[in-house]
Amino acid sequence: MEPFRLGVSDAVDLLRRGGISAAELLEALFRRIDAVEPVVRAFVTVTRDEASARLGELESSGEGPHQALHAIPLAVKDNICTAGVKTTCSSRILRNFVPPYESTVTARLLREGYILLGKTNLDEFAMGSSTENSGFFPTRNPWDPERVPGGSSGGSAAAVAADECLAALGSDTGGSIRQPASFCGVVGLKPTYGRVSRYGLVAFASSLDQIGPITKSVRDAALLLNVISGHDPLDSTSAPVDRQDFTRSLDRGVKGLRIGVPKEYFVEGLDREVEQAVRDAIGELERLGAEVSEVSLPHTGYAVATYYILATSEASSNLARYDGVKYGFRAEGADLIEMYMETRAEGFGPEVKRRIMLGTYALSAGYYEAYYRKAQQVRTLIKEDFERAFERVDLIVTPTTPTPAFRLGEKVSDPLQMYLSDIFTISVNLAGVPGISIPCGFSTEGLPIGMQLIGRHFDEETLLRAAHAYEAATGWHGRRPVL
Amino acid sequence: MRISRGDVEHIARLARLRLTEGEKETYGLQLSDILEYVEKLKELDTSEVDPTSHVIPLSNVFREDLLQGSLSREEALRNAPQAADAFYRVPKIIE
Repeated sequence: MEPFRLGVSDAVDLLRRGGISAAELLEALFRRIDAVEPVVRAFVTVTRDEASARLGELESSGEGPHQALHAIPLAVKDNICTAGVKTTCSSRILRNFVPPYESTVTARLLREGYILLGKTNLDEFAMGSSTENSGFFPTRNPWDPERVPGGSSGGSAAAVAADECLAALGSDTGGSIRQPASFCGVVGLKPTYGRVSRYGLVAFASSLDQIGPITKSVRDAALLLNVISGHDPLDSTSAPVDRQDFTRSLDRGVKGLRIGVPKEYFVEGLDREVEQAVRDAIGELERLGAEVSEVSLPHTGYAVATYYILATSEASSNLARYDGVKYGFRAEGADLIEMYMETRAEGFGPEVKRRIMLGTYALSAGYYEAYYRKAQQVRTLIKEDFERAFERVDLIVTPTTPTPAFRLGEKVSDPLQMYLSDIFTISVNLAGVPGISIPCGFSTEGLPIGMQLIGRHFDEETLLRAAHAYEAATGWHGRRPVL
Repeated sequence: MRISRGDVEHIARLARLRLTEGEKETYGLQLSDILEYVEKLKELDTSEVDPTSHVIPLSNVFREDLLQGSLSREEALRNAPQAADAFYRVPKIIE
C-alpha cells in the first residue's frame, strides 16, 4: 500500500515496527499533496518547511517511544490557532494573522509528537455548509470535483478523503465536522460540548462550537480524541471530566445496545438512496445484536430556526472584535467609525455579513425577547427531547444529511436552502450531545452516504464502540476516490 | 416579517458595516425570508420554559490569583495593522 493511504493507527504501528521511516511517510504525503491539490484545493497553507524542521527535532528528541502520535502528519482546520503559522479562518480580514499562541488541541498534538502538514480551507469563520464561502477559493469534493465537499470543515474532510493527510482536525457548530465527513466518505466526530478545549479556536458561536477529529476510521477518531480531550483551565466552558482511553472498549460490539430511530428524521425531502442506505445500516446494527426501536424527537422541525437565531446572535457579538485595531486587515477611513465600517465591509464576505446582520437584528432593542430568548427556550425543549429519548435507548441513529454532496453553485444564491442542508446535524449541537458520521454506502452516482450516531452527554465510549462495530462489519470506510 | 430598507440601514449601523445599495436590497430580501422561516418558533408555547444558554451545568469558574507569564508587548503588537512605539495607532478621535 502507498504510505499516504495509511490511517493514524496503522501508521503508528508501521513506524514503530520500522516498516517505514518518518521521513519517507512525510515525503509521501507532500508528493500526494503536490499531485492532487491542483484539483482538490483543500489547503489554505501547506507548511512544508516547518514540517521538515519539525521532523528533524522529533528524530533527535528521543521521545518517540513515549509519544502516541510520534511523526504522524496531520492537517488542521484554519480556524484553530497554530503559533507562528498563519491562521486565516479563510477570511480576508485575517489573511495575514499569525497567532502568537498555540491552541490547546494543537499543543496536545505537539506534545504527542504530531507533524503539522498545513491548514485547511473552510467557509469563512466556519459559516457555511459547502466551503464555497471561503474568502479565498472553494474546495472540491474528491469523489466528484463538480460537487462541494460540504462545510464548513470542507478542507479537512477533502484532505482526509484525498489521502493528503492521515487525519485532520475540524470544528463543528451545526454540523461542520459531520456533514463534510458524510459528503467525503470519511469519519467525523463532534464530541460532547465541553469535552475538548476551545482555547485557540477562533470563536463563531461559543455555546455550540466544538473541535473534533476527521479520520479514515473510527479507531483513528478514538485515538485522536484521547489526545485532544480533557479539562483545560484556559477554557472556562471546558468540563471537569477525567481523560479516558476511548480505544479500549472499541471491540466490545453492540450486542444488547438499545438503538433508537427518530421518526422525525425520515420525512419528505430525504433522498431515497440516502434513506435506503441508512435503513440497511440500521438492519446491519440489528444483525450485530443491537435492539432497534422507534423514538421521537418532537421538536426536530424547530432546530434550524432555533440554531440560526442563536448561532448568528453569538457570532455578531464574537465578530465585533474585528475592528482593524489589534490584528487583521484595516481599511482607511476619515474617522474611527468610518475606519471600522470600511474595514468590516471590505474584510468580511457576504455570508459573514448576512449572519452578523441577522444576529444583530435578533439581539437589538425590541426584538431580543421575540427572537433570542424565544430561541433559547426552544433550545431547552430540543435538549429535553434527547434526554427523554435517552431514558429508553443508548444511542440514536439518523442520516447525517438529507442528500449526498450537492453541486458547486447549486445553493449559493438561496441562503435558507443552504441552512436547511444541516437539518439533521444541528439538534446535536443545540443539545450539546456527541455525534459521529460514518460512511454507510454510496449513491448510484458514486457519491458517499453518511450515517449519524448520537450518544448521551460524555458517552463517546458507546458512540465509538457502535460505530466501530458497524465499520468492521461493512468496510465502507476503506473505499477511496480515484484522483 | 418584512425588513425595510430603513431597518437594514439601522442594523448595518449597529453592526458597523458599510453596505452598498445592492447589498442593502439583497440583505433586506434575504433577511425577510429567513425571519419569515424563523416565525415558526411562535407556534410553540414556551411561557413555562426556562431558556438554555449553556448545555453543561457550569457556573462561574474560579482559579487561584497567581502571577503568570503573558504575551510580551512585542508579540501583542506584531499583528497590529498600525503600531507606534508601545501603542496601537488608530485614527484621531478627539479634535
